[in-house]
Amino acid sequence: MNGEALELREVRGPSALGGGWRRSLELLYLIASTEFKRTYFGTVLGYLWSLVRPLLLFAVLLVVFTHLTRLSTVPDYPVMLLMNIVLFGFFQEATSVAVGSVVNQESIVRKTQFPRLVIPLAVVLTSCFNLGPNLVVTFGFILAWGISPTWTWLLLPVLLAALFVFTAAVSMLLSSLYPRYRDVGIIWTVVATALFYATPVLYPLSRLHGAIATLVACNPLTPILELARRWIIYPAAPIRTEPLLVVIVPIVLYVGICVIGAWVFNREAPRIAEEL
Amino acid sequence: MSTDQASKTEPVAGARILEQPVVISAREVFKTFRVPERRIDSLKERATHPMARPRYRELNALRGVSFEVHEGEFFGIVGRNGSGKSTLLKIMASIYRADGGRIQMAGRLAPFIELGVGFNPELTARENVVLNGVLMGLGRREAQRRIDAVLDFAELREFVDLKLKNYSSGMMVRLAFAVMVEADADIMLIDEVLAVGDASFAQKCTDIFRAKRRAGKTIVLVTHDMATVQAFCDRAMLIHDGTLSYLGDPEETALRYYRLNFGHGGTEPAPGGVPDVNVRIIDARLESETGARIENVEQGDPIHLTVILEARRDLVSPVFGFHFQDADGVRVFGFNRPLSDDVEVLRAGQRVRISGKIENPLLPGRYFVSCWISRNRTQGDLALHILRLLDFVVYGTRPGPGSISVQADVEAVLESEEAS
Repeated sequence: MNGEALELREVRGPSALGGGWRRSLELLYLIASTEFKRTYFGTVLGYLWSLVRPLLLFAVLLVVFTHLTRLSTVPDYPVMLLMNIVLFGFFQEATSVAVGSVVNQESIVRKTQFPRLVIPLAVVLTSCFNLGPNLVVTFGFILAWGISPTWTWLLLPVLLAALFVFTAAVSMLLSSLYPRYRDVGIIWTVVATALFYATPVLYPLSRLHGAIATLVACNPLTPILELARRWIIYPAAPIRTEPLLVVIVPIVLYVGICVIGAWVFNREAPRIAEEL
Repeated sequence: MSTDQASKTEPVAGARILEQPVVISAREVFKTFRVPERRIDSLKERATHPMARPRYRELNALRGVSFEVHEGEFFGIVGRNGSGKSTLLKIMASIYRADGGRIQMAGRLAPFIELGVGFNPELTARENVVLNGVLMGLGRREAQRRIDAVLDFAELREFVDLKLKNYSSGMMVRLAFAVMVEADADIMLIDEVLAVGDASFAQKCTDIFRAKRRAGKTIVLVTHDMATVQAFCDRAMLIHDGTLSYLGDPEETALRYYRLNFGHGGTEPAPGGVPDVNVRIIDARLESETGARIENVEQGDPIHLTVILEARRDLVSPVFGFHFQDADGVRVFGFNRPLSDDVEVLRAGQRVRISGKIENPLLPGRYFVSCWISRNRTQGDLALHILRLLDFVVYGTRPGPGSISVQADVEAVLESEEAS
């Protein structure tokens, strides 16, 4: 007992980070994987649902939009739609689960000490478990559609990383505000639906004109989806760079939201257990 | 700190502990909660009253508490409800952040807060055990390796794949305690574990306390149960209104705790004399007709109670009062027994056996038996010491209102016929 000198360390209370990287990563994986299993617990199809669900949504949207609109003239429209649904679906799923995540994990937040950041990140990681197989299926479709791989496919991880960081930042913001302002949950369901239409998921940006086009172009998610289309499906797709505003604003918004998300979460984390 | 070592039963042990290195050090810890008078829960309220700062009532849960805990120490924290002891434990466990002061700690920590660890009711026992193992600082593989040990300890092996929401509260507490014990941390922070669970679980807890203490682990226990404080703690601390009221000898702490409770118009009868702590429970059990130890009694069957107590100091003409309380803490009945044969003085170390058959009018439910020892029948020198002896369940098929059934030769007839 006397042999090992025990080092006294400061107890500073809960925080967003801290407490050892290894433990944080293990917790992150553990919470994400159990939540993933839980989502499909008791269903007949099990994990297959994570593939079937976006495919069903894709089928519905494909039928509706090719029959009601002239979008079917967009080159490679079905594969573009599938790709966009998978990417945007990741963002939408992660953020809408993240809103209530801290409250849902109340039992561990109120009784144990661990870096609070693990909770929203675990939600995003759970969505990654869905995203992976979905992307595999999507690329299967792309190849079957007759598109041949190009070197720009290798740039996909850059886009995914950008999407991941943005999703995580929004999740942090929402999950840390929700315990105090429960309105956030309701507001976000509306905002997420609005974003679905204000992001070029169903259509390419080039089909929009005027003020609407500029507005959609300012959405930080727009460049991610537009670049994904150009790099993976249709190299000839135009990328809008005029006026310069539509290049600068999404980047500023992207960075701004990431900084705000991290800042708010870091500020709320120490007292989040007291709000529950 | 004014440790009165002379009155302590094992002064050597207490002194030895103080030579061990400090593993928990708290200096002037402050914590204030802002309790909103009118909670602003929605953005609308904020928007419609943009200027109205939410009015808060400041609740000073802790105002400058300082203490040190040494390696291998069994440290008790007692205090009345709302005194700040649980808040202190949560700050030590890094669940709340202190507003002022400094806390330092050495070693790995396993907290047991609010009757549990961080359980998710939607997950199975297996998943929860692994999750909490990792939360308490074990590696994932290590946590998985310990599943069996945890379930064996909790005696819940056959329920391993059951979701926790389907567990009874007793099973949940057992599992939580097992997780904490098997996490094998250097410091255990425990909040009120003995308040729940049945007698055999309480026995298991105390066995573990002994084993962990032998293994040199540090235990900080928040409790209302003075018998535990006296039996286990090396030192104890009394917190009152967020300040440290006493730190030192556990006997003295228990004594002051009783004084605090009875001096403030508590529900217990306030004696004129000095409360004292003077008796230890050797055994307390219910027996069947044949003398076997039983946990439960069938409705209507007489209660065979056997209690063996040991005096820790000389008691002049002791009287033993027994109380039966129901699950809500309401006293149902009781009786007093002086020491037979008119023994003038019960010497320290001598044992008393109180046993006999008690009529059982109790309706089905859970009951607690506690014992009060008063010294000297003249009441001039009354000693108070509540000992929680045991709890048991009366089972049967004839429930009713209240706690007891009595013989009632009462009938209801129509008044007019009776009058004629």
